[in-house]
Amino acid sequence: MAFEPKILAFTCDYCAYSGTDLAGISRAKYPFDVRIVRVMCSGRVDPGMIFRAFEHGADGVLVAGCHKGDCNYLYGSEKAEEKIGAAKELAEALGLGEDRIRLEWFSASEGRKFTETIKDFAKELKKMGPNAAGAVR
Amino acid sequence: MNIGVFVCGCSGNISKHIDTGKVAKEAETLDDVSFVDNQAHLCAPAGREYFQKAIKEHELDRLVIVACSPKLHEETFRGWASEAGVNPYCVEMVNAREHIAWVHDDKRKATGAAIAVMRGTVAKARLIEPLKPKKVPVEQSCLVIGGGVAGIQAALDVADNGFKVYLLDKEPSIGGKMAQLDKTFPTLDCSACILTPKMVDAARHENIELVTYADVKDVQGHVGNFTVRVVLKPRYIDMDKCVGCGVCAEECRMAGRIDSEFDMNLGKRGAAYIPFPQAVPLKFLIDPETCLMLTKGKCGKSPKCVDACAREAINFEDEEKEIDLHVGTIILATGYDFYDASQKPNLGLEHEGVITGMDFERLVNASGPTGGEFLINDKKPKKAAFIQCVGSRERDGNQYCSRYCCMYTAKQAHMIHEKMDGGETVVYYADMRAYGKGFEEFFNRVRAEGVDYRRRELDEDILVAKKKGGLVVKAKGHPKYECDLVVLCNGAVPTADSEFLSNILNVKRSEDGFFQEQHPALHPVDTNEPGIFLAGCVQGPKDIPDSVAQASGAAARANRILGSKEIWIDPTIAYVDTDRCRWCGKCAEACEFGAIEIVQTNGVRAAKVNDVLCRGCGACVVVCPTNAMDIREYSNDQVGAVLDAAAKWRS
Repeated sequence: MAFEPKILAFTCDYCAYSGTDLAGISRAKYPFDVRIVRVMCSGRVDPGMIFRAFEHGADGVLVAGCHKGDCNYLYGSEKAEEKIGAAKELAEALGLGEDRIRLEWFSASEGRKFTETIKDFAKELKKMGPNAAGAVR
Repeated sequence: MNIGVFVCGCSGNISKHIDTGKVAKEAETLDDVSFVDNQAHLCAPAGREYFQKAIKEHELDRLVIVACSPKLHEETFRGWASEAGVNPYCVEMVNAREHIAWVHDDKRKATGAAIAVMRGTVAKARLIEPLKPKKVPVEQSCLVIGGGVAGIQAALDVADNGFKVYLLDKEPSIGGKMAQLDKTFPTLDCSACILTPKMVDAARHENIELVTYADVKDVQGHVGNFTVRVVLKPRYIDMDKCVGCGVCAEECRMAGRIDSEFDMNLGKRGAAYIPFPQAVPLKFLIDPETCLMLTKGKCGKSPKCVDACAREAINFEDEEKEIDLHVGTIILATGYDFYDASQKPNLGLEHEGVITGMDFERLVNASGPTGGEFLINDKKPKKAAFIQCVGSRERDGNQYCSRYCCMYTAKQAHMIHEKMDGGETVVYYADMRAYGKGFEEFFNRVRAEGVDYRRRELDEDILVAKKKGGLVVKAKGHPKYECDLVVLCNGAVPTADSEFLSNILNVKRSEDGFFQEQHPALHPVDTNEPGIFLAGCVQGPKDIPDSVAQASGAAARANRILGSKEIWIDPTIAYVDTDRCRWCGKCAEACEFGAIEIVQTNGVRAAKVNDVLCRGCGACVVVCPTNAMDIREYSNDQVGAVLDAAAKWRS
């Protein structure tokens, strides 16, 4: 069977969550299953959570936050950028590959962007193949 | 612990894409789950009764609801749970509809995702604790930012309910754009005649305090208790002493030499001035940019305004002042700006005889710069053209429709056609949007009067050029039209201060740059920030009736908060495990709201969270090196529980 990437997405509770809701309301389908975990702010996602997802079998982790300047908590997106940057470095050092982690900004009206991001991410993950750390478990 | 799992089919919306029976069956196998249900449509009235009966019968104390987006029904289910004796914070939702059913086209995979997230959410439910919101008193007052017709209406409605209102405007007078209009469509009411009484009502109202010629500088606090820092710009004429007699303006050496902003720079004023004769408050001021005393330090032998003012109100030493307003709610009614039609060089705004919609209003107005005598090059126009959709409905740029231009065009076409008596009036339009009450009838009337409506495609070329003694409009598919007046019907754009206001108020804007309502259908006047509401064009272009209606809506929403003496503060905030805390200060550094401070108890220092200031974002949790900081409802363990299950893909 062809490899189907497994994507776990963290979404902040504001713009990004509304964006993912809009993707659903627009019935924009993607041919694989994406699982969304709600957090209050993208700046609340720590690298530990990302590696926990890899450990359990995710092939890619998307962190979805509000556009800079739109954060309900003022600078959560900037904080996310810093933490996710660190997580990417670590992923690279561990041989997972930094491209398995993505940080993207969504406004509440960017449902289509969410769908397109997921599709594009899946395409890239397909090239990378399964996450070896997840397969061990 | 008795966890109840309710799986909603949403009348097929979910059950068509997810095997809800399988999800329910899986739930039954989980520890602590003592009741599982698979109702067809949980949020229906019958669902409530069933839901509450199940809670009581099975003594449920934790609930997991597999249904739609929590943005839609979390409050509903929490409310029902609360009525049945379950702590509302012990209700968790799985967004099976928007996040799973509607985006996955493979039922097996969708069911797998729903089961995984459900398992995780049940695991989280085992870790959640009942929470109690905190009560804080509500400041019984409201700040309305923007004194146009929307702001005035909102202020009156809040004030009539007995609450104190500060009505703030950045201009020296309230009235906004409506004060500049000659007539309103479709009834052709005199705009000033219907607005001025409202302006006066606002000024005279015992509960309204006007704060004009003022800017908002900073906003702190939260719903019920906002502190707003306001900058009062210097007027150089003491408002308490000025009686509005106007001798200063008459005597001013610059009188008649400065472009009047109110008259779209088509008329003149002095350095001592009021924007328009019916200004409220009727208090004169001095423009520091053009006053001879304030720019050069000298005005003839002595400033004539000072000599003329019997009240000794002139004060060249006046300075900017800052004040703090304490309010419970804020209504944002800052309106819009005009699209700059000079950005379309093909439309030739620089040519004599080419004007914008608002220029037209001032030129036709009896108290306007020409006394209502509509003159172009000192001559009455004989042939007029209107071009619609200028700066609206663009392919790249402002994609939105400005909504009021079709009708103001029809109104102005009617007025100029009547004035020209025997002249010719052509309107170049792309689509006619006469959607409001009485609009279509008015549009038909204008056409019957002889106004020639010529249709064009939005992206087809149109050119306004100078021609000897006049102008010519060249539009694809139509004969060249020689005329002496061209009105560019420009639309609305967000005000220049929108970005600043968005940042200090923490209120989001939509892609078009206007402020975003919390929900386009169901919360059209609320914002993402509790206690801050939108009225009028600040939310998007709209006409006067819609602005006024929205203003009353915003006032009603604000009054709802002001009417309760106290407000509940969300308890889903950060907390500290003092045994683990080593007070390194990283949490306080990460907090944008100043919610974390150091306290010393029996010689031991530890972080402490201020439960009113904390907003629950969790930034402090991420940076804590000893795991002492965590957040209620979204703790490391709780999010981890959802994550662990969600990230397990089983074939």
